[in-house]
Order: sequence, then structure tokens, then C-alpha cells
Amino acid sequence: MAEPVNRRRAVLRVIGPMAARLGGAVFVLWAVASITFFAVRLIPGDPAQAVLGGPGSQASPEALALVRNEYGFDQSVLVQYLAQLGRLATGDLGRSYALNQDVGPLVLGQLGGTVLLAALALVVAWLLALALAAWSTRGGLVAARVGSGLEIVAAALPHFWLATSLIVVFSIWLGVLPPISTGGATGLVLPVLTLAVPLAGFLGQVLRESLLTALESPFVLSARARGESERGVLWTHALRHASLPAISLSGWAFGSLISGAIVVETIFARPGLGRTLLNAVTLRDVPVVIGVVMIVAVAYILMTLLTDAASRLVDPRLRLA
Amino acid sequence: MSELEVQADFAARAGQPGRPRRLGVAETAAGVLALFLLVSAVAPHLVAPGDPLGIDPLSAFAPPTRAHVFGTDESGRDIFTRVVHGTQYSLVIGAAATAIGLGLGIVLGTLAGMLGRVVDFTVNRFLEVLFAFPGLLLALLFIVIFGPGVATATIAVGLSTAPGYARIIRAQLITVRSAAFVEAATVLGRTRWQILLRHILPNTLAPLFVLATLGIGQAIVWAATLSYLGLGAEPPTAEWGALLSAGRTYITSAWWMSFFPGLFIVLTAVTATVLGRSIDSRMRHA
Amino acid sequence: MSTTARRIEPDAALTVRNLRVDFGADPVVRGVSFEVARGECLAIVGESGSGKSVTARSLLGLAGANARVSADRLELGGQNVLGLTDRAWRARRGKDVGLVLQDALVSLDPLRPIGREIADSLRLHTTLGAAARARRVLELLDAVGLPDPARQVQKLSGQLSGGERQRALIAAAIALNPPLLIADEPTTALDVTVQAQILALLEQITGDGTAVVLISHDLAVVSHIAHRVAVMHDGLLVETGSSRQVLGSPRQEQTRRMVAAIPADKPRGTRLSLSARAADAAPKPARPATSAVVLEAIGLSKSFRRPDGTRHLAVDDVSFALQRGTTLGIVGESGSGKTTTARLLLALLPPDQGEVRVLDQPWSAASEKARRGRRSGVGAIYQDALGSFDPRWSVAEILTDALGLRHRRRAPQTTARLVTLLDQVGLTAAVLRRRPLELSGGQRQRVGIARALAARPEILICDEPVSSLDVSVQAQVLDLLDDLQRERGLSLIFISHDLGVVQHVSDNIVVMRAGRLVESGPATRVFAAPQHPYSVQLLAAIPRLSP
Repeated sequence: MAEPVNRRRAVLRVIGPMAARLGGAVFVLWAVASITFFAVRLIPGDPAQAVLGGPGSQASPEALALVRNEYGFDQSVLVQYLAQLGRLATGDLGRSYALNQDVGPLVLGQLGGTVLLAALALVVAWLLALALAAWSTRGGLVAARVGSGLEIVAAALPHFWLATSLIVVFSIWLGVLPPISTGGATGLVLPVLTLAVPLAGFLGQVLRESLLTALESPFVLSARARGESERGVLWTHALRHASLPAISLSGWAFGSLISGAIVVETIFARPGLGRTLLNAVTLRDVPVVIGVVMIVAVAYILMTLLTDAASRLVDPRLRLA
Repeated sequence: MSELEVQADFAARAGQPGRPRRLGVAETAAGVLALFLLVSAVAPHLVAPGDPLGIDPLSAFAPPTRAHVFGTDESGRDIFTRVVHGTQYSLVIGAAATAIGLGLGIVLGTLAGMLGRVVDFTVNRFLEVLFAFPGLLLALLFIVIFGPGVATATIAVGLSTAPGYARIIRAQLITVRSAAFVEAATVLGRTRWQILLRHILPNTLAPLFVLATLGIGQAIVWAATLSYLGLGAEPPTAEWGALLSAGRTYITSAWWMSFFPGLFIVLTAVTATVLGRSIDSRMRHA
Repeated sequence: MSTTARRIEPDAALTVRNLRVDFGADPVVRGVSFEVARGECLAIVGESGSGKSVTARSLLGLAGANARVSADRLELGGQNVLGLTDRAWRARRGKDVGLVLQDALVSLDPLRPIGREIADSLRLHTTLGAAARARRVLELLDAVGLPDPARQVQKLSGQLSGGERQRALIAAAIALNPPLLIADEPTTALDVTVQAQILALLEQITGDGTAVVLISHDLAVVSHIAHRVAVMHDGLLVETGSSRQVLGSPRQEQTRRMVAAIPADKPRGTRLSLSARAADAAPKPARPATSAVVLEAIGLSKSFRRPDGTRHLAVDDVSFALQRGTTLGIVGESGSGKTTTARLLLALLPPDQGEVRVLDQPWSAASEKARRGRRSGVGAIYQDALGSFDPRWSVAEILTDALGLRHRRRAPQTTARLVTLLDQVGLTAAVLRRRPLELSGGQRQRVGIARALAARPEILICDEPVSSLDVSVQAQVLDLLDDLQRERGLSLIFISHDLGVVQHVSDNIVVMRAGRLVESGPATRVFAAPQHPYSVQLLAAIPRLSP
């Protein structure tokens, strides 16, 4: 009698949180879609006019009527909203006003370049942050101050300024790296550095601060009293504790990378989601903006799930709860 | 966690006794810089007496020299003068955006923290949704709707920072509300209103001063980014991001046109961080 | 002081001569000498800031990066360890000397299974393979008395009870049978019954021939197992000798003070803090007993929802009564429900069932509005005095607010009343402008008492009021409460996990366990002849000064 009940409870304990999280993800996506749909309604003027090139273009009433019918602008708001949700549910992101192209394939085609850029930047940022944190916590007071100063400055660097400064130094003065990132590994160096350095400044601050806390904790004293070396203390105990708050920062890091990608892809003339988004914003190409926003929202949700999984991997206490 | 939450958390931990105080020289330098920036914003002519719009085609594209410490632009305008005169735009935009973000954050955070479980749940879900527009995305969405410009860019940056503030304020309210000293006040027979006014609000709002200092640097960077992308302040306004944007065309020949305005942005952001932390640690140990 | 030439025994596990440690300009240890033989337990006892922990850590070369350690001699097992390189120290730590810290929840890495933590010593110092290490870990856990070791090795320290994880921590320290074991407050923060078990384990380890240095703030705790006791004060060993001699006939002022401060077995009204005034030293006359009930708990129950949805009954049908001018002690171990009881008595929580009555009027059943006017009659003193003060307020603001004189805070009469109030708790006007953060632990608790007294309450609810204080400060605060009760006829509820303290202050006692009241009655009767088996077990575990 007790056995099946217990088993059912155990199953629920595993499935329950997963279902809750999936439900949460669907809710966030629905909310993002709704907010963008109704926000776009706030745009003054006739959307049909926007499709035909904005208020400046003298579109004929017939053409406007045609567009209204084609895009469903003549339907009631509720019908349009439900139709929009229906299309989104089937993965149809609509048609771009400016490019006369389906948004879905357009955006997906740009996704790869941005993901590569962001992923490389994240890895480099973690490596830089780890190296700086490990060095500055072991090198005494001077190293700690230098490390802390470097991190504060790095975290304050705006992407657009860092990018132009790197171009000036490495492309114009030294001529060792291309200022334009079109394919090729060398073209990736400057964009990746631009994204990674400010992020490393942030991760580094968090890592070093939590590393100091961990190194002062009693369990580290216990480990040293067992004869553990400083290196062992760092790798078996302290870094693991220190990485937890830095991991939980990854959701924010993702946002920083996306914002950075807009700037970096524009400056380095690199195809990608960021540049597509900026162009669409400049042209007020609403479907493309919504498309990119939805893709980013999905990516953000995936990222939080990944972050969660990473935290659980590092911290077994989370697996018990 | 958002950038601001990290900053706030970091400031709190740096204030703990037993930590080596690492600001000091940095604190002083930041104080001097802050003073310099304030004077530049309020009375730019004291710092740079020249005319920021004074054209001098003969000395166009002059590299940094003693006469033009930051060099000149394509019309021969002195970059240093323009950067100094641009301080007020950048600071006002940063302050306004921070005020908007903080104001919305206070409203949302207080609703969530004070009005019971249902409101808390609703506001939290709402914040979660806003976080799914990470970084500048919310700002860009706002600009698509209301068009580019200084005002929309400022509001857009304020909106993007609001969820971060809201979450910090909510957490702070919940901590203070369940603090032992609030219970002690109940035991002394104080009414809910007395407790709210004497204990909960002062202890929640005092840290906001630090948050605002930390946040203003971030707001300036974001606003400058929007200007740089051509969505915020536009030339000939001497806002730093706009200055940088104007220098973009001449990057191969006149690096100083982009470098120095950017340097001011970095220095401002660093100053805000250092000052915010230092004020925080002082407030804790006053 | 043992500076006289003493014969160094051939089997000395540890010899320390004139050890000094300073951090920059401040000397923390100012010339300390002692030795410990194999199979001997030496206790170093002192209050916070006495330098005992730094001394302990110096014995492992872990005094800290910016500590300067010097000594005439510092020998482990006859070998000099003074000025060893870090590498050489590492080879000895864990093998020649082990360390046990307090509270294994934070002293074992909370992210790693305890088995891994214990196996680390073996990994670092032996060539045993993984399988051999795993076998040895199980043996060790068995040796320290952890039931079902095979199941426990996989657990994190957070999944074990306080006693279990302290055993695991000891297992990690003795994994390589080091001839010397240093235990720094190994039983602090443990329940008394668990503390007794851990002390027994340490005694057994000593019996096996290990030299043990036991660091503690609590003379009574160490008196059970230490062969010799060294009293440390302000960086010096003020008195060293056999336990019997140091505790039975202390020669030094500092030691006498500490022995006098131990509350257990001291009759009600005995002064614990040594005072210059001879009149204070004598026990005070007993107060006239009355039978008027001022506070009554009738069938109180309170449950909370656990994170997994089940309900946890924190307080289960508890009834007792407090008589005017007396002290009712509520004693229990962690999880007994005593803090929930305190919150119910203060009407900070509504009971699920039952009620609290104050001065024959409904208290928990009244509305907060109706209760508010009567709250001045019921004061409270908290364990965490610091947390109970608004961090933005100075002492003057805290007390002015408690007196209800915020609107006349600048009036000279207000200042006069503040000074009177402070005088009653043994503080001077000098603290008025300070914030609680800048005060010592004892001063904070006095300010807390002053705040509680400001509204002239008849009843004081004290929740662990002395638990975070040093013994000598604890003695002063307990004496102060006793004086105040005598002068004002206060009725006290005194909640504590410390039976010694409760025994000393209480007229009547309630023993709680897992939310239930297991026994109650006059303190003298309960302590002399406990009826319930749990009370018997609890009383047996009280740290007493044993001959």
C-alpha cells in the first residue's frame, strides 16, 4: 500500500518541477508575444502605410486596401491577436515589411553567426575571469587591488568604444587583425574580445569576491588542516563555491551579450541577429523586430534552464530540494 | 541576477567588517573626478572656456597637441571643449533614465513587497516576462514604437533598468519587513503605520541612494550606446555617444575623435561604481 | 604559569615554549608555554579574544598569512616545527596533527559528500587506492560511532544531524591516526545530549593514546574529559594545572571569575559575577512566593507548513502558568518548539489552538488593536540583541522611542530619564550616542534589557538572552536580571537550551521536546528528581564542574 504511494510521490517530485518550469516557459513566451503584439498597436499611423514604405511613400488607396486585406489589418484586434498567436504557435513569424521576405527563415539564418560569437565570448570571458580571480586572490594585497581595479574598469567599458579602440590599435596601427568580421578565424578575434572583456570584468568581480569568502570559510581551514595544498584548496573547494553566484549571473550575461552583439555586429559589419535587429528598428520593420524578440525570448528561457542545470551540477544541495 | 543586483550585492559584501578596504586612493580619485564632472555639467565654461561649436576649418583633424589636448574634429572644433560641454547631456540623460527606472522599480517593488501574496505573485511573473527582453531589447522595442530621439532613448533606458531595481527593492522590503527589529517594535506596541514609517521605509529606501549612484553609470553607457547606434541623441548635440558616432566615419584617420568621448564615458561609469561602493560601506559603518 | 623548568616527558606529543603570535602591531598570543603527553587531554579555556583559537591554529602552522609566529620551542612529537616551509607543514598536517573545528555544517565542505572529505586525508598522505580508501572511510565512520556508515558516506554534511556531522568531522581529522588532535570548540552549537556523546568520543580517542588539545570557552564542558586545564586570558596562560586543582581551588583572579560564572548547581539568587562589594556576594534572601498567575498558556498548539506541503507541529498542546514575581524556565533542545512558544507568548503568532492569557485577560484571542495598549505590560529580550535594534538608530533613539518620548526627544527631562534607565542596567550616558553595532555583546544585551524595561512591564519574556555571550558577561547579565526581578517584582519567562542557566534562574521549569511539554514543576523538584526519562537524560548531560 505504502510502496506505490511513495513511488508516485517520487515520480511527482521529479516531474512536478519540470512541468512547472515548462509551464512557466510557455507563459513567458505567451506574455512576450502578447506584449509585443499590443505594444505594436501603439505605433501611430496606419500599419498598411508602413508596409508600403512609410508615410513618405504616396501609396494609392487601392494598394493600401490590398495590403490591409493581405495582412489582416481590416479584422478586429482580437481576431488579429488570435491569428498572430496561432501563427507563432506554428512557428510562422510573418513577413518583413522592408525585405519582402518571411521573417522565420530570415531570422534563423542570422542565428548561427550570433550564437557562435556569443558562445565564444562567454567562454573567453569565463577563462579571463577565472584567471584574473585565481591570480589576484593568491597574489597578496597589491594583486587584489590591481585585480579589483582591472575588473571595475573592464566592466565599465562600453562595447562600441572598446570595439573602435581595438580596431584603431590592432587593425589601423598594428595592422594584425581585420577590422571587418566576414568569415575566417582572425575576423572573430576582435568581436569576441569586445564582448568578452566587459563580461569578464563582471564575472571576475563576482568570482573573486565569492572566492575570498570561500577561502575564509571553515571548511577550507579544515582542508588545509588535512594537508591540502593551496592549489588543491582552490580547485577542490573554493572555485566550486565561487562559481555558483557567477553561474547564476549567466542569465544577465546573456542579455549583455545580445546587447553587445547589436553593437559589435554593426561595427564589424558582421551578419547576425543583432545587426538584423538594428536594421529593422531603424526601418521600423515591425515583424522582423518581433521575430528577433521572440527568438531572443526563447533563447533567454533556454539559457535560464541551462543555468539552472549548471547550478544543480555544481551544487548537489539543489538536487536534494 | 541582473547587473544592478550584482553591484548591490557586491557593495553589501564589500562593506562587511574584516574585508580589507580596497578603495582609498581609488575613492579619492573618484571623488575628484565626480567633482570635475559636476563642474563640467553645471559650468562647462569654467573647465573649457572655448566655444564647443566654434568652427576652425584650418585646424581640422588636428591630433592631440597642447593647443587641442583631445585634438579637433572634421570642422576643426576642439574635442575637449565638446566633450566637456557634452557632460551635461550625458549626465542629465543618465540621471533621468535612472530616475525613471528607479521610480518604476519602487512602484513595482513596493507593490510586490507590501501588498500580499497575490500581488507579489503577479508582479513577479510580470518581472519575469520583462527579464525575457534582456539588455537593450526592451529599449529597442520601445524605440520601434515611439521613434528614435533623446526623450524616447532616455525613457527606453529607464524602462530597461526598471525590472532590476524592482527585484532589488522587493527583496530589500521583504528582508526588512521580517527583520527582528520590526518584531521588536510590534512587541513595544507600535502600530503598523508607525512601523512602516519609522522602520520599514527608511531601511528600504536608504540603500536606494547607493543603487542610484551605481545605476547612473550603467544608464549613461546604455544611453550612449543608443546614440551611437543613431537611435538617441543626434549630432550636433555634444552627447558623448553622439560624439563617438560622429567620429566613426573618420576612425581610420582621426582616432581621437572617438577615443576621448568614450574615455569620458568609461571614467564616469568607473567613478559611479567606486563612489557607490564607498558611500555604501560608509553608510554601513557610520 | 608554567615558566618554571618542568621535566619534559619523553613521550610529549607537543611542546610549546614561549609562543608568541602577532598580527602587525597587536600581539594576540603573548608568550604561552605548555606541553601535552600522549593519551593526555589538555584543555585551553578562555573567553572570546583571549587568543586561544590563534594558539590552536599556530600548532598547525595555520595562524594566517599575515601572522608572525615566534617561540623558543615548538615541537610536534619531539621534532621542531618552528619556521617550517609551507610544503613541510603540509606533509605534517593531517598526518602528525589533526584539527576539529566547531559546527561541521560549515567545517565540512557543504558541496561534497562526507566520504570524499574523509578520504581526502588518505588521498593526500597515503598511497592507498580508491577501494582501500573507501574501506578505511567506512572503518573510520564506524569508529566514531556513526550508524550505518555505508549509507552515510554519500551524504552531504547538510543532510546529517549536528551530532552525525560532528562525528564525520572528527573521523576526517583522525583518519591517519595523528598522535595529536586539536579540537577547537568541538561541541559548541550542539545540543547538550549530543555534546555529551561527542565529549565521550573525544575521551575515547584520548584513551587510545592520542594527545588532545581541547579549546573551549566553557570550563564546565571541558572539566569532564580534560586531564589538565590551562586558563587563557588576554594572550597569556594565567593558570595551568590538573582539572581538579584549577576548577576546585583556582588560584588566579581570572580563573576564580570563570568558575564563579558557571551557573549550574548554583542556588537561585547566588551572585555569578564576582563583585567588589562583599554584600553582593552572599545569596539574596528568597522572595515571598505568591500564587497570583500573571501569564497563562492553555493548550497551545501551532503548526507550520513544510516546503513539501506536509505540516510540522512545532508546538503541541502546551500549558503552563507564570506566577507573579517568579521565573518560569522553559528548556529544550533544538526543534523542541521553545522559540515558537516565545513568539506565541508575545502574540507575534496566533496559536492554531488554545490561548494565552495575560493578567486574567484574553491575550492571544484579543485583536492586535485591543492588545496594543496592554503590550507595555509584556516586554521581551532577544538572543540576537543587535538584530532587534533598527540599525539606523543610536542607543538614545532606541530608548527614547521605547519610553514613548519621541515627541520630546530634546527635552532635558528625556535625557535624564535615559540616564536613569541606563543606570539601572549598569551602563553610562557614554553609550547614548553610539549605535548598537559599535557596542560589545554584553552592552548590547543591556541596552536590550533597558528597552524592555522602559515601558515598565510586569512580565519579561527572555528568549535565549545570554546564549551568544561569554560566560563572564553571561554571569553579569543573569545577575542583572535577578536584581531587576527583585527590585521590581518582575515575572520572567526564561527560555534557554542551557540547562545550567535555567537551573540557576528558575523557580519553576517546563521541559519541552519536539513541541510537547514532557515535564513541568518546581525547579528544585525537577532537577532533584526528574520524572520523565527524557528529563533524566537531559539532566545527566548538563555540563557540571566535575571533580
